[in-house]
Amino acid sequence: MNASVRTFRIGTGAGFSADRLDPAVDLVEHGNLDAIVFECLGERTIAFAHRDRMANPRLGYNAHLSRRMQALLPICRAAGTVLITNMGAANPRAAAERTIEIACDLGLKGLKVACVEGDDVSGLVPPDAPFMDEQGTLSAVGMPVVGMNAYLGADAIIPALEQKADVVIGGRFSDPSMFVAPLAHHFAWDLMDPARVGAGTLVGHLLECGMQVTGGYFADPDMKDVPDLARCGYPIAEVDADGSAVITKLPGTGGCVTPATVREQLLYEVHDPSRYLTPDVTADFSRVTIASEGRDRVKVAGAGGTARPDMLKVTVGLDGGFQGEAGVSYAGPAAQERGQLAAEVVRERLAEVHGLASDLRIDLIGVSSLFATAGLWAGGAQDVRLHVTMRARSREAVETMLWEVESLLCCGPAGGGGFRGTIVPSVVTKSLLIARQRVKPKLEIMVA
Amino acid sequence: MSSVLRNTPRLVRDIAHARAGDKGNTSNVSVWAYDAADYDLLKRVLTPERIKRAFPALIRGPVECYDIEHLHGLNFVLHDALEGGVNSSLNLDSHGKSWSYLILGLELDE
Repeated sequence: MNASVRTFRIGTGAGFSADRLDPAVDLVEHGNLDAIVFECLGERTIAFAHRDRMANPRLGYNAHLSRRMQALLPICRAAGTVLITNMGAANPRAAAERTIEIACDLGLKGLKVACVEGDDVSGLVPPDAPFMDEQGTLSAVGMPVVGMNAYLGADAIIPALEQKADVVIGGRFSDPSMFVAPLAHHFAWDLMDPARVGAGTLVGHLLECGMQVTGGYFADPDMKDVPDLARCGYPIAEVDADGSAVITKLPGTGGCVTPATVREQLLYEVHDPSRYLTPDVTADFSRVTIASEGRDRVKVAGAGGTARPDMLKVTVGLDGGFQGEAGVSYAGPAAQERGQLAAEVVRERLAEVHGLASDLRIDLIGVSSLFATAGLWAGGAQDVRLHVTMRARSREAVETMLWEVESLLCCGPAGGGGFRGTIVPSVVTKSLLIARQRVKPKLEIMVA
Repeated sequence: MSSVLRNTPRLVRDIAHARAGDKGNTSNVSVWAYDAADYDLLKRVLTPERIKRAFPALIRGPVECYDIEHLHGLNFVLHDALEGGVNSSLNLDSHGKSWSYLILGLELDE
């Protein structure tokens, strides 16, 4: 490795679909970044994107794409920062076309937008394909498929960087791969070198959730205080040619980067730390070292890995019908008992009057909702909310549930108020595996 | 409301911090001792058996633990603990993000 190759500066501008925009603008304007990654896709959000695309074939990409691109395209161009994102979600082509439209509106002539497709493997998975980590097959599950996306790796992104794209938009890029690709491209890493790719994957893994490494999702008053949380800054990694890095953030932003914020993120969504599977590598985070190098600067090193897996993970979205939520609140003496009575009434009427045996769950917020069946509290709560959730094949069944909950306003226990109810289409997701050679990423460069 | 005279038990939260993540129907909770001196206590108190026993209705599968000795951390993997996972669960917290604080809420002295 050429020791004179300079440090690569990469940042995060979104760690999930609804992440903040203003700190991303701040980071591009002041971060002197080579690349910025917008990671906007999860098991939940790709399911929603398929739902949107079903409703309108021009949609199915990230709902905030337009506002993000309007704010970022001009400043990324001015700073020479490449923008890499999976905001294309279930429709990368529509997302890339919309980005080109915005670039033209802003007069950014010549801006190159790379559209990476090929993660949609709907035609490639046989109906008898078994699910990963659970019993069952596609055909036996009894729900129509609305989308299937394979996790694409750095090898799907690097060709776009080789063609000097200013913006790279895809769908189901694996999260850390969006960081590994620009690092491997800059340092001329061999993608078959698991030591380097494992180190790059650690950088991606630490940064992919945005502020989760800079003090976001960390604060616990008096135990873990975080300065100026409302103005938390997104992370920056200063990466060396061997893949070791300093995790930091812009001076003057809120939040903090400490060994504690870094270690919490180190194992986020990781099971066996010595075998973290991505399309690029079987990463080994078990011997990672984390050391403070001054205020808001943490050095990470020691990640490694072994060969990448032969199979790629696929998220399958299945049409789950409709999901409704409805609630009514109770306050004051015996609020908990009145709420519990309301729950019994709803349960009895849905089953016995309407014959509805669909997935139903009734919580009492303020007593036992997240703890659910743990049953940790005996009684006496004075401010509770009955919360009913139901999923059913038919929308009408869910409407009946909402109607029953609303009817509590006159027919239920005393003192109930504040009915709200919503119904959304439900997309259930499952995972399965596909041989990597069957997945063929496709690249198209569009120019504004 | 709870009595002010009640003895406040020491919790895992007093010596450790944690974060939960989800993949499918599996949750993982990494738990980290603030102080290296408390790591042995944490390991003694927080075992897979203890966690499984504390939430019998919520954790339907096995619980595994990976030690990260040099960083004073424990990574618990809770199988079949998310009521089907983020898009299937009818739980308000369908990601199971609150698993971190359910575990931090366990008492140090059982």
